[in-house]
Amino acid sequence: MTINDVQEILNATVVTQTPYENNEVLSGFVGDLLSVVMGKAKEQCAWITIQGHINIIAVGTLINVGCIIVTESFKVDDDAVKKANEEDIVIMTTQFSSYEVAALLSKSGLE
Amino acid sequence: MNLHFDVEGGEFISAGVASSKVKKVLKQLAIQPEIIRKISVAMYEAEINMVIHAHGGVIDAEIMPDYVHVILKDEGPGIENIELAMKAGYSTASRLAREMGFGAGMGLANMKRYADILQIESEPGKGTTVEITVKLYPEQS
Ligand SMILES: Nc1ncnc2c1ncn2[C@@H]1O[C@H](COP(=O)(O)OP(=O)(O)OP(=O)(O)O)[C@@H](O)[C@H]1O
Ligand SMILES: [Mg+2]
Repeated sequence: MTINDVQEILNATVVTQTPYENNEVLSGFVGDLLSVVMGKAKEQCAWITIQGHINIIAVGTLINVGCIIVTESFKVDDDAVKKANEEDIVIMTTQFSSYEVAALLSKSGLE
Repeated sequence: MNLHFDVEGGEFISAGVASSKVKKVLKQLAIQPEIIRKISVAMYEAEINMVIHAHGGVIDAEIMPDYVHVILKDEGPGIENIELAMKAGYSTASRLAREMGFGAGMGLANMKRYADILQIESEPGKGTTVEITVKLYPEQS
């Protein structure tokens, strides 16, 4: 599944300028506790979280995240967006809950 | 190559500068991505701990041809019972830290899992020193 597909399925708002068009996500991971994400999320995953602060960029970079999906319309901090643009990370936001996002992506075939 | 960093306490926002710098250097050296992840996650966990549990400290990273050795030293409150602190789920993180997504009590467990050698020395009231060693080419030795 491409990041573009993810955006369309969720009708999500991409808040970063990082190019992504045909970049793939290979799995999904739901988590708001950063150490759990660092321990368990796979490379190039779609990381689903309610955290919108700058530390998600450090974590996203460390795990080579595919994209970060911030749910429940939580706001992504400006410094997080800026840092994400520098680090080539894609962040999108949606009003759906983490559960709904996981269900929608799973129904569309994401592992 | 030796890299030195001063880490400020309470700086949740800039925490991670040292580990991301080391990560970039290793990437330039074309080290395998899984190895880079091991080093940078272990180091980031230790770096964050210095910020949220102590009041910052100093980090020295030594990048050698076949291994990376990182020493993270703080003069914070120290760890009373290291064995207990190592247990997955044990955390004394503040409410503020928890709101930012820290405090799962998984940091030391991740360090243990990702480091080839992990050494922790701590004295209550004096501080904590964490040493992480990761081999760059594990299949060869
Ligand atoms: N540098 C340190 N100085 C003082 N106490 C520490 C330090 N590092 C860890 N600890 C103690 O060990 C506990 C466990 O650390 P660990 O990193 O495993 O979990 P955490 O930091 O609380 O949560 P997480 O890492 O999952 O966000 C901490 O809650 C704290 O009590
Ligand atoms: Mg920790």
